[in-house]
Amino acid sequence: MTGDTVTRLVDQDQVRRTVARIAHEILERHADPSRVALVGIRTRGVPLATRLAALIAEYSGVRPDLGSVDIALYRDDVAAGTMPVVGETHLPFPLSDRTVVLVDDVLYTGRTIRAAIDAIFDYGRPPRVQLAVLVDRGHRELPIRPDFVGRNLPTSAADRVRVRLTETDGVDEILLFTKERS
Amino acid sequence: MSARRSLIGIGDLSRDDITRLLDLGERFAEVMSRDIKKVPTLRGRTIINLFFESSTRTATSFELAGKRLSADVINVKASGSSVEKGETLKDTILTLAAYKPDVLVIRHAAAGAVAAAARYTDAAVVNAGDGKHEHPTQALLDLYTLRKTMGRLEGLHVAFVGDVLHSRVARSGAIALQTMGAEVSFIAPPTLLPRGSAEGLGVHTSYDIADIADADVVYALRMQHERMGEGGFVPSLREYATQYGIGHHRLREGQRVMHAGPMNRGVEITDQLADDPTALVTAQVEGGMVVRMAVLYDLLSDPQAVRSADVVSHMVAA
Repeated sequence: MTGDTVTRLVDQDQVRRTVARIAHEILERHADPSRVALVGIRTRGVPLATRLAALIAEYSGVRPDLGSVDIALYRDDVAAGTMPVVGETHLPFPLSDRTVVLVDDVLYTGRTIRAAIDAIFDYGRPPRVQLAVLVDRGHRELPIRPDFVGRNLPTSAADRVRVRLTETDGVDEILLFTKERS
Repeated sequence: MSARRSLIGIGDLSRDDITRLLDLGERFAEVMSRDIKKVPTLRGRTIINLFFESSTRTATSFELAGKRLSADVINVKASGSSVEKGETLKDTILTLAAYKPDVLVIRHAAAGAVAAAARYTDAAVVNAGDGKHEHPTQALLDLYTLRKTMGRLEGLHVAFVGDVLHSRVARSGAIALQTMGAEVSFIAPPTLLPRGSAEGLGVHTSYDIADIADADVVYALRMQHERMGEGGFVPSLREYATQYGIGHHRLREGQRVMHAGPMNRGVEITDQLADDPTALVTAQVEGGMVVRMAVLYDLLSDPQAVRSADVVSHMVAA
C-alpha cells in the first residue's frame, strides 16, 4: 500500500450530477417506474440504489421498489479462503413482476454481478435484469455489460479504484490508487 | 493448503467468535425461509460425517447443513462400516482422510476421541459429541435459540436439571453461556452431580429442585441410561421423575424449558410440557440446522483473509 499515489478522479459535486444523470437515464428507459426495482449490491450499491430511487421518485412522482442483495454466499472465491462477511438480502416486492436494476459502485471483473444475478434468481424469476454502475473500470472476466454507466474510467489492472460515499464513508468521491513505478 | 481450524471444544471460541457464529446463523435462517433453500457457497467441498454413536438430530442437521451449502456430504456410521470389523479410530480416520475431505464431523462415545482423531487428518474437525465431554454445536444452537427467544444472553440464568454427570450438553452449554455473560446452575440428585467439575466450571450447584425458581430457563437433561450401566444412580426412574422431572407444576409464569432431545417423556420432562408450544424443543432443532451451516461456512473460509481485507479498507479510509 505504501508508495501508492492517490488521485481524486471525481469530487462530491460530480458524483451528485453523475447519479442524477443515471436516474434520468433509467427513467428514459422505463416509462412506468412502479414496475422497476432498484437492487443495491452490498455494501456501496445500497446507498446508491437508495439515492437513485429517491431521485426517480422526485423526477417522476412514482417511487420504484428498493431492495438489497448480499452476494457473500454466491461468491466464486469462498474456496480460495476469503470468508466474506454475510449480510442481509432484502427483496420486498414480487420479483416476477419487476425489472430488476442491479446497482453497484464499481464494475470491474463482472464476478460480483454474476454472483448477484445468481442470488436474485434463488428468490424468483424477474422478467428482466439490468445493471447500473457508478464506475466502469474495464478488465471484464465475464461477458457482462452495464446498461447505465456513471463514468468510464480506463485503468490498469494494477490500479485500484475506490468509491467513497457519504452514507458509508462520510464523503462522496472516487479515488484512484496507482502503484508507483520504481 | 493452509492449516485448517477445528471446533473441538466450545472453550476454543471467544465471545466474539460465538457472536459471529450466531449472527451467521441468522443469515442462514433467512436462507431457510426461501423457496430455494440452498446456496452454492461450499460447492466442490467435501464433508464426511463420521458417527461412532447413534444420533438423529445432530447427524441429520449436519448432513442437511452441508447439502444446503452445496457441499458433497458423505455419512459414515460405525455400524455397517469397518469399525465393526475392529478397525481402530486411527485407521478409520487415516482411511477417510485419504479421500481428502475438507471437514470431518465426528461423534464418538469416548471423551477426547475427537481431539485424538484430529491429529490424523488435515481436514477441519468438528466435534459432534465426544462421550461425556463436549458437544460444542449443541451449545451454539442452544445459545442461538435463547438469544432469539429471550432477546439476550447477558444476565440470563439457565438451570440445567438432571443427569449432569453424563451430560456433554450441560458441560458445553455452561461454558458457552458463561462466556456470553449468562449465569448457570446445575440442579440434580447428588449421584448425578459431579461436584468437583461443576465447581471447576464456576456454576451454582444444588440438590434442591425448588432452586429452579431462580432461573429464567430450565434445561431438562436426558437421563442417559446407555452410559449408566448397572450404576444405580437413581433408585428408580419413577422416583427420579417424581423428584426432579420437569412439568408445568414446577414452573412459574414466563419460565421457558429446553431439552436437547431425544426426550424420555415422563422421566425428565412430562408429556404435557414436552408438547407445550412454549417449550423451546422444536426451536432448538431448527436452530441446530442454521448454526451448523454457520460452523461449516466459518471453518471453510479463512479468517486471516478477512483480517487482511479489513486492514486494506482501514488503510484506504485513513
